[in-house]
Amino acid sequence: MNIDAFRKIEGRAFYALAGLLGLVALIGLGAAHYMETHGHVVTGMNNQIVWGLPHVFAIFMIVAASGVLNIASIGSVFGKPVYKARAPLSGLLAIALLAGGLTVLMLDLGRPDRLIVAMTHFNFKSIFALNVILYTGFFAIVAIYIWTMMDRKMYAYSKYAGFSAFIWRLALTTATGSIFGFLVARQAYNSAILAPMFIIMSFSFGLAVFILVQSFMYAWNGMKLDPAILRRMKNLLATFAGAVLYFTIVYHLTNLYFAKQASFERFILLDGGVFTNLFWVGHILIGTLIPIGLLLHPTIGAKLKTVLLASSLIILGGFAQLYVLLIGGQAFPLDIFPGMQVSSSFFDGAIQHYSPTLPEFLLGLGGLGIALLITTIAVRVLNFLPRDDAHHSSKVAATD
Amino acid sequence: MSHNVDKTNDDKPSDGSRRQFIGYGAAMAGLAIAPGVTLFDLAHGRAPEEAASNKVRWGMLIDTGKCASGCNDCVSACGKENGFSGSRETDSQWIRKVEIKDLRNGQSHSLPMMCQHCEHPPCVDVCPTGASFKRADGIVLVDRHICIGCRYCMMACPYKARSFVHEELHDQNPDVPRGKGCVESCTLCVHRVDKGGQPACAEACSEAGHNAILFGDLNDQNSEISKRVTKLATTQVRADLGLNVGIRYQGI
Repeated sequence: MNIDAFRKIEGRAFYALAGLLGLVALIGLGAAHYMETHGHVVTGMNNQIVWGLPHVFAIFMIVAASGVLNIASIGSVFGKPVYKARAPLSGLLAIALLAGGLTVLMLDLGRPDRLIVAMTHFNFKSIFALNVILYTGFFAIVAIYIWTMMDRKMYAYSKYAGFSAFIWRLALTTATGSIFGFLVARQAYNSAILAPMFIIMSFSFGLAVFILVQSFMYAWNGMKLDPAILRRMKNLLATFAGAVLYFTIVYHLTNLYFAKQASFERFILLDGGVFTNLFWVGHILIGTLIPIGLLLHPTIGAKLKTVLLASSLIILGGFAQLYVLLIGGQAFPLDIFPGMQVSSSFFDGAIQHYSPTLPEFLLGLGGLGIALLITTIAVRVLNFLPRDDAHHSSKVAATD
Repeated sequence: MSHNVDKTNDDKPSDGSRRQFIGYGAAMAGLAIAPGVTLFDLAHGRAPEEAASNKVRWGMLIDTGKCASGCNDCVSACGKENGFSGSRETDSQWIRKVEIKDLRNGQSHSLPMMCQHCEHPPCVDVCPTGASFKRADGIVLVDRHICIGCRYCMMACPYKARSFVHEELHDQNPDVPRGKGCVESCTLCVHRVDKGGQPACAEACSEAGHNAILFGDLNDQNSEISKRVTKLATTQVRADLGLNVGIRYQGI
């Protein structure tokens, strides 16, 4: 095939992909409009399960956004050339995922039309208000960081920008974990361990997303990723997934230590029905043990297909983990009268049930569509494709 | 420079007479409104332009010994006053009857549960816009103009006291503005209290002869509620959280 014919086909494929993602984003916006005009009565959320599926999507994307920036941090802050080549794409994905996540979070508000109120009225004691500042700042700092990496004149500042972005992303994920960590009312939350746990979750989810997007871009351009680089990244992913497992175990062990938390732990680990299944099968088996086994396997572990499968499973496991934490945490009744059997017309003392509806799912999916659409267009317009020169590749091969 | 100095000197006498005039005016106005203020004070209400005072701490004492299981008078009165029914799963419930049974001795109690009007309300801490706020007199409210409907306060409230308006509302009470997409909870019938009245639930309970809900000023040593809270063993629900609630219970 000559180069003109290739460009023609490639151009058409780009518009098809952008069109598809645009459609997903539009459907998401339509779902949000439907939810706003009819009220949240059309969702599965109620006065007991107040945050639902849109929040699972939004928090996944926000956590992954800060984590995906890790690739750039390893490059700029810790000076690893293999990651330096990937830093601009990592920054782009961070911005895109945060935009997608925040769009979902904002459109799920009871009054999304009051966004301007959220931007002008701040209660600085609220972690949410702090997050508004951290999220806005993240966009600005990462944009400047990308600029310093892509503009030769600005390159001298990239290390400083990278360092600022690294610290900022730690603060951002700490604050995201603290949304839950500061809730004294509910047994699932109110734990200082949630902030570092969210940071380590971000490392894992972010790297998994990065590996998938990078492979897609390489395949699109008919390029092949250096096996040595792939091996390095998949080992890192296995380490991160293992670290998430470690924090999950510590989180549950600390809960089990306190007698008053035992009934909640029993609910999540043994009697919780869908939540127990999602925890053991979704998060632990499919999202953690199988991908770690695949990634560390001596023969198939280094194959691209295995790494892609493991990355996808880690993402699915991440959704399961957040679903159990968010929805499972709310489904377990509040302990308003400790030691008492409680009942009321407002479902006191009862396990809550939640059945997400289609609009909620479509809104969440729309957020992912927005994130990927931003990535697709930016990659087309600017040079975000990671390029490794032969020198670096051979160096990696030698050290591995 | 000198011109400026002259100007200042010129201004002095007229400034003094203006001050004098304002002083007389204020005194006259004071004399004119004094009887009105006294009347408001007697009725235990306050003038619309007067801010809520932190000298007052509105609260309730609920005697569970007088609260019968199955009686819903307070809940019905609240619904009628504030314009909701609470029949659907997503409907608001500002007040609900909770049946509790002590698993150690099998003793049962029935009691109304609503916003506990905490001194240190977690809902106010977490609200990103400041829509959740506590008045100086201890009443915790939601400013419907700046609530964005994020529901973080519902996640934070240890008493499950807050509800989210899930759909369009009709036939509202003009004194109690509510709206789709905002969070709401017991206002302690602030519109009645500010006029010297008492919350609808407390009124309904005493009118029906149960007298299980006593409303009053916890800061006023001569008030009935204050005397009883001092004398009797009362309970704050989830006292372990140290929120110093305005709603106290007796008998649990």
